[in-house]
Amino acid sequence: MALYPLPVARWAVGAIAVFFFLVLPLAVHEYYLSIVNLVSIAVVGALGLNILVGYTGQISIGHGAFMSVGAYTAANFAVRLGAPFWIALPAGGLMAALVGGIVGIPSLRIKGLYLAIATLAGQLIIEWTINHVTWISGGVQASIEVPRPDLFGYTIATQRQMYFFLLVFVVLAIVGTMNLLRSRIGRAFIAIRDQDIAAEIIGINIFRYKLQAFAISSFYAGVTGVLYTYYLGIANYEQFQITVSIDYLAMIIIGGLGSVLGSIFGAIFVTLLPIVIRLGMEAFGGLFFSPGAVLNIIPNLRLILFGALIIFFLVVEPEGLNRLWRNVRSYFRVWPFAY
Amino acid sequence: MRKPVSVLIGFLLLAAAALAGPGPAAAQKEVVIGLQCDRTGATQTVGVKLCPGYHDYVKLVNSKGGVEGYKIKAIEIDHEYKVPQAMEAYERHKKEGAVLIGIYGTPQTQALTQKLTEDRIPGTSPGFGTAAAADGTKYPYIFPIAATYWSQGAAAVKFAGDQMGGLKGKKIAYLFFDNPAGREPLPILEDLAAKEGFQLKVFAVPPPGIEMGAQALDIAQRYRADFVITHLFGRSPSVSIKELKRVGYPLRKVVAFVWGASEADIEAAGGMAQAEGYNAMQFAGVGPDYPVLNEIREMYKKEGKEPPKEMASTVFYNRGVLIAAIHLEAVRNALKAKPGGNITGADVKAGFEKIKGFTLGGLVPPLEISASDHEGGGWVQIFTVKNGKFVKLTEWYKAYPDVLAKHIKEASAKK
Repeated sequence: MALYPLPVARWAVGAIAVFFFLVLPLAVHEYYLSIVNLVSIAVVGALGLNILVGYTGQISIGHGAFMSVGAYTAANFAVRLGAPFWIALPAGGLMAALVGGIVGIPSLRIKGLYLAIATLAGQLIIEWTINHVTWISGGVQASIEVPRPDLFGYTIATQRQMYFFLLVFVVLAIVGTMNLLRSRIGRAFIAIRDQDIAAEIIGINIFRYKLQAFAISSFYAGVTGVLYTYYLGIANYEQFQITVSIDYLAMIIIGGLGSVLGSIFGAIFVTLLPIVIRLGMEAFGGLFFSPGAVLNIIPNLRLILFGALIIFFLVVEPEGLNRLWRNVRSYFRVWPFAY
Repeated sequence: MRKPVSVLIGFLLLAAAALAGPGPAAAQKEVVIGLQCDRTGATQTVGVKLCPGYHDYVKLVNSKGGVEGYKIKAIEIDHEYKVPQAMEAYERHKKEGAVLIGIYGTPQTQALTQKLTEDRIPGTSPGFGTAAAADGTKYPYIFPIAATYWSQGAAAVKFAGDQMGGLKGKKIAYLFFDNPAGREPLPILEDLAAKEGFQLKVFAVPPPGIEMGAQALDIAQRYRADFVITHLFGRSPSVSIKELKRVGYPLRKVVAFVWGASEADIEAAGGMAQAEGYNAMQFAGVGPDYPVLNEIREMYKKEGKEPPKEMASTVFYNRGVLIAAIHLEAVRNALKAKPGGNITGADVKAGFEKIKGFTLGGLVPPLEISASDHEGGGWVQIFTVKNGKFVKLTEWYKAYPDVLAKHIKEASAKK
C-alpha cells in the first residue's frame, strides 16, 4: 500500500515540501529559522522516542543519555579522525543504538514503571561515565569543540544553511519512521505494545523486537545528539541531562503516543510554547506591570503558563495534539454540517 | 467537539497576536546589548539578584545622558539555564541588533562560542565558561572579564598558604561539585600541590549536591585537613557550611569559590551568626558602600521610590553592576574610536581590549584586558563573615600567573 493513498494527500505533501524547502527558508528572518532549527532537532528525537514508547510500549527515561552517546561519538570521530559529518553522524547513531540495545536488555524481564527506573539507571550511568572518563569526553571540561559540517568544500554555518542541513535529516527521519511502521518490524512493535503474550503466541520473537525497538529508538536519539553537536559546534553532556529525557517524554505525550504527526506536533509545541509565551508577555506584560517587575514576572509566568497549558491540552484531549488535529480536520471536512 | 476547536483557534489567534506584537526597534542613537539571565532555572538564586543590578546600572547611565550620547538598551531574555533556549535568545538578540551579549552559564557559553566568533559579536562569561577562554587569540570573541576557575583555584591556594603561614607539608582538601565546572580547577590544584609541596585530596559531591555529610566527616576527622577549598553551586554551598560546622571543622579554615560566596548561601546555612569565619572569594566588591551604589540609591530617591530590595543582596547585585559597568565601558571605548556611531560587534571587541584602570570606586578590580588576555588578570578579593556581615580580608590580588599562563598555553595548543 502506498504511504498516501488519496491524491489530495499526495498534493498536500507536495505543497508542504515546497513550503519547507523553498518558501519558508527564503521568506523569513534568520531568527525564525533558528527556532525552526531547534524544532527540527527535537522532531528527530521525539520520533525516535515515540517508536519506543508510543509504538512498542516500552518506557525509557534514558533518551537524553543516548543523545549524549551519539554526540560524543561523533565529536570524537570528527576531531580525532577528522571524519566528515556523513561518517560521524551515522557512527554516532550506531553507537547510540548499541548502547541503547544494552540498556534495553532489562525490558525483556520487566515492564512499566520498573523498566522506567532501569532506563533511568542507564541515563545516570552514561552521564557519570562521560563526566569522568576523559578519554571519551576530551578533558575535565567534558566538552569537545567540533568543526562545522562541510559538504564538498561548502561549510554549513549560518542558520539558513543549517536549516537545509537539518531539514534533510528531518525528512529522512519522518519518511523512515513512516515506512518502518508499515514493515514487518513496525507491525511486530505494535503487536508487542498491544499484548506481548499474544504477540509471542503468534510467532513474534519478543526478545529480538524489543531490543530492536530500543536500538532503533536510540539510533534516532544518537542522530539527534549529533545534530545538536553540529548545530552548536560543541559536544557537552550538560545539555543531555535527565531533564532533556523528561522534556522529550512530555513532547510525545502531549503530541500523541504512537503517531508520527503527534511527535512532530509535540516537538513543535514544547519548543515553541515558551518562546510564544515570552513574546506575548513582552508585548502585553507592560500593560499590567512596571517594566522592572515584568522582567521578573515573565520567566516565572512562563513556567506557570507552560505547565497550565500542558494540563489544559491533556484534559481537553488526552490522546494528544494529533487527535485534536484529527478532530479539527474531520470537523471542517463536513463543515458547515455537524455530521 | 466544538469546544476544542474554538479553544484551538483562540490559542492560535493569541499566538499570532503575540508574534506580531514586538516590532523592530527604532535605532535612534541607541546601542543594543543582549543580556541572558536565569531567573527560573537551576541557578535562579543568582539571576534574580544579578540581573536587576545590571539593569539598575544601565538605567543610571542612561539617566545621566547615556554613553557618549547614546542610550543603552539592554534586552534581557531568561533561558532557564537551558542550552536551546540560550541559542534562541542569542538569535533574538542578534535580530534586535545587539553588539554585545552577556552570556550566563557554562554550557551556554560553550554552546555559543562558535556562533559568536562566526558572527563577530563579543560575549562575556564572568565567573563561568572555559578557563582557556582567557586566551584572546584562540577565543577572540569570548571575554571572561572576571577571574576564571583556574585563577580562582590559584588564588585559593595562595590564600590558604597565607593563612597557614606556608604550604609545605600541609594537607588541603578540595570539596567540589562533581560536574565539569567543578572539576575544571583540578589540573591547576594538582600542579600547585607538586610545586608548593602540599598534599591535595579531592572530595567530589555528586549532583544535586545536597548530601555531603560523609565528605565533611572525612575531611574533618579522617583526613584532618589543614585547609578546605570548596567549589560548589546552587544549594550545595549552604550544605557545606552546615556540614563542616556540624563535624566541628573551623570555618575560618575554609575558602569558597565565587559561586559559594553570597548572602543567600549564608542565610540558607542558618544565618551569618552560624557562618562566622567563613571565607568567600569575590570577583566584584561586596557590601553597600561603593559610590556607584550610592548613585543608584540617589536615582531611586529622585524618582520617589525605595531602592530595590535586591540591593540588600550585595554579592550578586554588585556582580550585576560590575558586568554592566564593564560592558558599558567597552561600548564607550568603541564609540570613542568611532564617533559616528554605528558600532559593530568587532568595534566592541576592540573596546573591551582597551579596558584598563577602570575601577568604579573599588567595585571593579584593576582589570587590564588586552587582545591576548581576555580575563583581565584574574583578580579576586577574599571576604570573611564577621559579626554578621562580609568583611574585606584582602585587597585585589592574583596568584601564580606563571602556572596559569602555562596551562592556558597548553589548552590553546591542544587543538
